[in-house]
Amino acid sequence: MSEKELGKKWDRCLADCAVKVGAGLGLGVVFSVVFFKRHTWPISFGLGTGLGMAYSNCQNDLRSHYLLHRSMKVGWTKQQ
Amino acid sequence: YSLSPCYVSLALYKCLYGRAHPTNLQHHRHYTSGESSGAAKVVAVGLVTLGSSIGGTVLYAKWDPKFRTAVEKNIPYSDWLLGMALGPNPYSPVTAHKKQVSKFITPKYPTTPPDHLNGSLLCSLNSVLCFCVSEECKECHHHGDTPVPAMVEAVDSMTEGPLKERPAEEVTARLAQQEQEDQDILASVSASLEESLASSAKTTLQAIGAQEAALQAIGSHTHKLKEAMEAEVPPDQKSAQWRDLETALAERRSTVNDAGAALLKARDALDSLRSVIDKAKESKVAAVQPLVLAAEENLHSMVVDLDQAVTKVQSAESEAKIVSQYTELVNEAKRQFQKELSSLTPEIQANWKGLTGKLSADDLNALIAHAHRRIDQLNRELAEQRVREQVHIEAALEQQKLEDQKALDKAVHTATQHSKEEARLEQERKLSELREVMEAEMRTQLRRQAAAHTDHLRDILKVQEQELRSEAEQMLEQETHYRQLTQEQLDNFTLDMNAAYARLKGMEEAIDSHVIAEEEARKAHQLWLSVEALSYTLKTAGSDLPTKPLESAVQAIQDSCCNNEFALALASALPEESLRRGVYSEASLRSRFNSLRSMVRRVALIDESHNSLYQYFLSYLQAALLFEEKQAMPPTQLTNEDLDPFKLLSYASYCLEHEDLELAAKFVNQLRGEARRVVQDWLTEARLTLETRQVVTLLSAYANAVGLGTTQAP
Repeated sequence: MSEKELGKKWDRCLADCAVKVGAGLGLGVVFSVVFFKRHTWPISFGLGTGLGMAYSNCQNDLRSHYLLHRSMKVGWTKQQ
Repeated sequence: YSLSPCYVSLALYKCLYGRAHPTNLQHHRHYTSGESSGAAKVVAVGLVTLGSSIGGTVLYAKWDPKFRTAVEKNIPYSDWLLGMALGPNPYSPVTAHKKQVSKFITPKYPTTPPDHLNGSLLCSLNSVLCFCVSEECKECHHHGDTPVPAMVEAVDSMTEGPLKERPAEEVTARLAQQEQEDQDILASVSASLEESLASSAKTTLQAIGAQEAALQAIGSHTHKLKEAMEAEVPPDQKSAQWRDLETALAERRSTVNDAGAALLKARDALDSLRSVIDKAKESKVAAVQPLVLAAEENLHSMVVDLDQAVTKVQSAESEAKIVSQYTELVNEAKRQFQKELSSLTPEIQANWKGLTGKLSADDLNALIAHAHRRIDQLNRELAEQRVREQVHIEAALEQQKLEDQKALDKAVHTATQHSKEEARLEQERKLSELREVMEAEMRTQLRRQAAAHTDHLRDILKVQEQELRSEAEQMLEQETHYRQLTQEQLDNFTLDMNAAYARLKGMEEAIDSHVIAEEEARKAHQLWLSVEALSYTLKTAGSDLPTKPLESAVQAIQDSCCNNEFALALASALPEESLRRGVYSEASLRSRFNSLRSMVRRVALIDESHNSLYQYFLSYLQAALLFEEKQAMPPTQLTNEDLDPFKLLSYASYCLEHEDLELAAKFVNQLRGEARRVVQDWLTEARLTLETRQVVTLLSAYANAVGLGTTQAP
């Protein structure tokens, strides 16, 4: 079902976001704890990195259909 | 015999009215006094009448034998009575029959054996027996009526069975058989006759030859004897002569014996020939007669010749006897003389003729004296003889006469025999000639009879022909009439039959065509049913579940319309997915669309160029903030503005609500970008459903059309 694809994408996106954010947070925490003397900026950095990554992934995933891969061609449909 | 009842009645009448007249009066007289004496009188009169009639019948039967036979035939036990009274009937039918038969058998030729004549006549006249019988009956008619049936009976009995005309083939067969038998008999008889004739002729000739030889021998012997007696030859030739004589005598004896034996043999042969001839005469075949006649003539001539030869021999023998007697006498005289001479001159022996030189004078004198004495004696004897000459001559004549008489008798006897024989042969010859003539005459009569018969038959046949012809014409008319009627009936029947047949044919054709039409209808019905099944399967879609796979239904359709190209094409035009998986119903699609709609609204702004997350966010915001009509009626023509996704969605929703999936699909098809991606599957499904539905509709329309079309005969 094509209509379920978006939902799946969103699910993936969210899952990925959660993972990335969590990972970033974790890393940030870790970094902050480990490397940066409990500053919060690695946590937020990690969080931000995580979010950003997730956002980018999500966007890529959502766009993936419209991107021309080298091995395939996408048929353009002209409007009007 | 027809007189007897009349006689009886007459007698009765006389008795009654002649004699009984006074008794009647008496009776009347006595009637007044008493009835019993009258009854006794009647009884007495009756008895007297009966006795007198019987006596009269017996007397008349004694006088007239015909009447007697008639009475015996008609009245039972009368033959016993008449036999007792008169003795057996001399003219009873059996004896009359025999007499007639014998009379018939002995015709006008009493001397000839008539059996064969009779037999030949009867045998050759089998087919016209009635005629023969009538002729013979005419001859014998003077014997009266009663022998005629007896005669017929006799003839019948002779011809082996009842008198009826035999069929021509049988007659000719019998005649042919008879002829064959006659031929055989003739052949055998002629063979036997010839054989015996030949043998007897041979023996007769032999006998005649022997007789002639005997004659010759006797003649020569006699001549020699005469010579020996009379001739004066020298003594040495005398002895030779005497020897010749002896040989001649011996020869004569032998030839005579031979002749006698040959004569006996010839006589035997002739007797056998005679017996054969007699046996041949007994046979009834007519053609044997001339042979027999000829044989008899031959026999007769042979007998005559033989007798002649025998008489010649006998005459020669008698002459020889005379000569021998003469020689004996001479010898006797010589012996006497010799004895006297020897008594006179005992020393002189042998022939005195040869002793001329040896006798002395005394002897000669004595001899001469003796001779003189002898001469005297002989002269005396001669004188005595002359005296007794007449007497001796008379005695001799008497003897001669007797002997002549005997010879004459014998000759006469043989001559009469011969002439009798000749006469008989002549008679037989004449008889055979007459027989031939009679047979020829008989044949001409028969031919005349046959000709008359054929004429008569011809006339009768002509008359019958006329009658039959008229009958036949009548029958023919009737026949033609009947035939016409039957023909008419037949024609009517044929017409009816033809009409019925035509109708039947029409009916058959109609039925056939109906069968065909029904077949078509059945097929169409089947097609329709299968199409209906297909359309039913379309309805089996549950909510959100596709229908059953249409494969089986389509298979059914394909089976049911195997010879219909259109249907087959249509059936094969169904999309694969529908066959394999089935299609979604419109309701499910509608519900799905309703769920799709919100998604589409949310991604309305996303397309190839606008597909970041921010756009997503914006599109989501738009969807949250923009409100469109749930269902908007679509215009007939789309403008650019109408291509807005929200408008399109509402149009599509409206169409879906109004069950126009096609238009809805068309509207949905106008979506672009991500929205289109989202509804892609739905669109595909909608397309499938639409295709299937279209095909099914076509098929059902077609089935309906075909079904409608089958109600009319092709």
